[in-house]
Amino acid sequence: MILGVDIHFPEDFMEKSEHLGLFYQMVVIRRLEETAAQLYQQGKVGGFLHLYIGQEGVSTGLISARKPQDRVITAYRDHGVAINCGLSVNEVMAELLGKATGCSHGKGGSMHMADVNKNFWGGHAIVGSHLPLATGLALGDQYQGNDAVTICMFGDGATNIGYFHEGVNLSKVWKLPVLWVCENNQYGMGTTVERASAVSEIRQKAEGYGIPNDRVEGMDIMAVRRAAEAALEYVRASNGPYFLEITTYRFRGHSMGDPERYRQAEEVKCWQENNDPIGIYHKYLVDNSLATAEELLEQDHKAADEIAAAVQFAESSPEPAPEALWEHIYAD
Amino acid sequence: MARITMREAISQALWEEMERDPKVFILGEEVGIWGGTYAVTKGFYDHFGEKRVKDTPIAEAAIIGAAIGAALTGLRPVAELMTINFAFSAMDHIVNEAAKLHYMFSGQFLLPLVIRAVGGGGRQLAATHSQTPDVVFAHFPGLKVVSPGTPEDAKGLLKASIRSNDPVLFIEHATMYQVRGEVPEGDFTIPIGKSKVQRPGKDVTVVAYSKGLEISLKAAETLAQDGIDVEVVDLRTLRPLDMEPVLESFKKTNRAVIVEEGWKSYGVGAEVSSRIYEEVFDYVDAPIKRVAQKEVPLPYNRNLEQMALPQVEDVIRAVKEVL
Repeated sequence: MILGVDIHFPEDFMEKSEHLGLFYQMVVIRRLEETAAQLYQQGKVGGFLHLYIGQEGVSTGLISARKPQDRVITAYRDHGVAINCGLSVNEVMAELLGKATGCSHGKGGSMHMADVNKNFWGGHAIVGSHLPLATGLALGDQYQGNDAVTICMFGDGATNIGYFHEGVNLSKVWKLPVLWVCENNQYGMGTTVERASAVSEIRQKAEGYGIPNDRVEGMDIMAVRRAAEAALEYVRASNGPYFLEITTYRFRGHSMGDPERYRQAEEVKCWQENNDPIGIYHKYLVDNSLATAEELLEQDHKAADEIAAAVQFAESSPEPAPEALWEHIYAD
Repeated sequence: MARITMREAISQALWEEMERDPKVFILGEEVGIWGGTYAVTKGFYDHFGEKRVKDTPIAEAAIIGAAIGAALTGLRPVAELMTINFAFSAMDHIVNEAAKLHYMFSGQFLLPLVIRAVGGGGRQLAATHSQTPDVVFAHFPGLKVVSPGTPEDAKGLLKASIRSNDPVLFIEHATMYQVRGEVPEGDFTIPIGKSKVQRPGKDVTVVAYSKGLEISLKAAETLAQDGIDVEVVDLRTLRPLDMEPVLESFKKTNRAVIVEEGWKSYGVGAEVSSRIYEEVFDYVDAPIKRVAQKEVPLPYNRNLEQMALPQVEDVIRAVKEVL
């Protein structure tokens, strides 16, 4: 029994091909982010760049459980989420380089990726401000009788701002089909959860609004996947919102240019060596004979090739035309 | 034509649009069971039900944020802010989300959203509840800012706003709900972004909108008795700003007074007069005058408040100064 819903998970509840697909997504995100960091250092990526390295299992596990009609909305650490939602590596890379072929045609950049056709509703860069939007997306589905859940992802830092409380409260008042997902990576920029939040278990905030909740180990993608399936089933059954706190850790700074004075290098190293979500999944797949180490290495090579091709695609893509400056200010 | 109040005109526009399009719904504080704090949505809850007339918590960020989200799913929400002063609690959602999403995601996101907000002073509500911050919002590309001064424009522009695919901030003046005017029968819309000559004249151009229009038309009547023929141009929409009727009028009169209820600094008068100087400087026969609120937070005391707000006499004096 999870969440009061009787869902049975056999050991082999996923096909091998799906496992390989998820592993591939995680590796692609890792390689994408490493490459993005290099491109940033070369001055090819501008603005702010927030990397998802270390957190790949959260988004990959979570979004793999959604149905196509389920909406996803997230904060500014959005490249991985975009990939998990089905955006191509090419259009993500091109957006990082500000090119016309980017998913936001070069107008959004790293923090503002979206593809409405993939039900990915962005990349929002004002901390917490997208939570009330998620409430509204879910309201739209409830109003129109759609069988859809809105999955709203945000960091631990977002739970200290008023928008979190307004959006989450209203979702419960109106019994909306929204799954709140807090990615607790333990730091809001350089401030630990303990120094910024009155409660260190973020899920306790959901308790305050009478929203059922769970706390999940986010470095284990299978734990995330199981929790997400159960939570989505709960929300889809018109029970109202559900809240998942997924604990994780980012291996890189808050953004490029973060001096990381707030944590010791040993702490990061310890996580990388013992709690890498890709390493944990790798071990799970091999130990359970779901894949061989060779097959997984092959996925890694495939990912490296795709990233290399994406860099070439992005670099050879055209800049936005000057006319684009004046396009899309208004729809009418 | 029927002679109805501004309140009735706005209420009719909402009612007719909700009857016409099931995707239109209302949300806001006390819009439902209460019937709207200015009684604009009185009777809506009983007729349309709580699905389409949604009472919200006192949480402006959630009201506007949820309206944006619902608009993204294809609905046409009309979010009511009890007063525009409360828009500051939703500032991120108005200027950082609503005004940005269509552009930032290159047209992928559509926001057919209306935010109705009640603004203006003159009711002794003191400094926090009496502001006219219209230009603050008109500053942002991506938003449309509409503020009618007659019942006909209120009805036609609100219907156009609801049918628009862009986010529209629709500002109503708190002391104008009882203003009466002729309104055409049946369904009609008035295009957003079109200024209009509300009173033709030949001597001086007075540019105004909303409450400024009301006092400008009164001033024009008084001035007419002195043989001064004032042309009053109503902006109706602050963004996008339609200067054509203003410039045409100015080329005829060569003199202008700009009237607004908000503060003068960085205001509508500053914008409109600059554009006149930039576009038709050769036609200028006298320095353009601005009539606006005194640069103080509005006080509670009735006499002090009226001293701070622009009055009919201020417009009359300014017109005489530019002649």
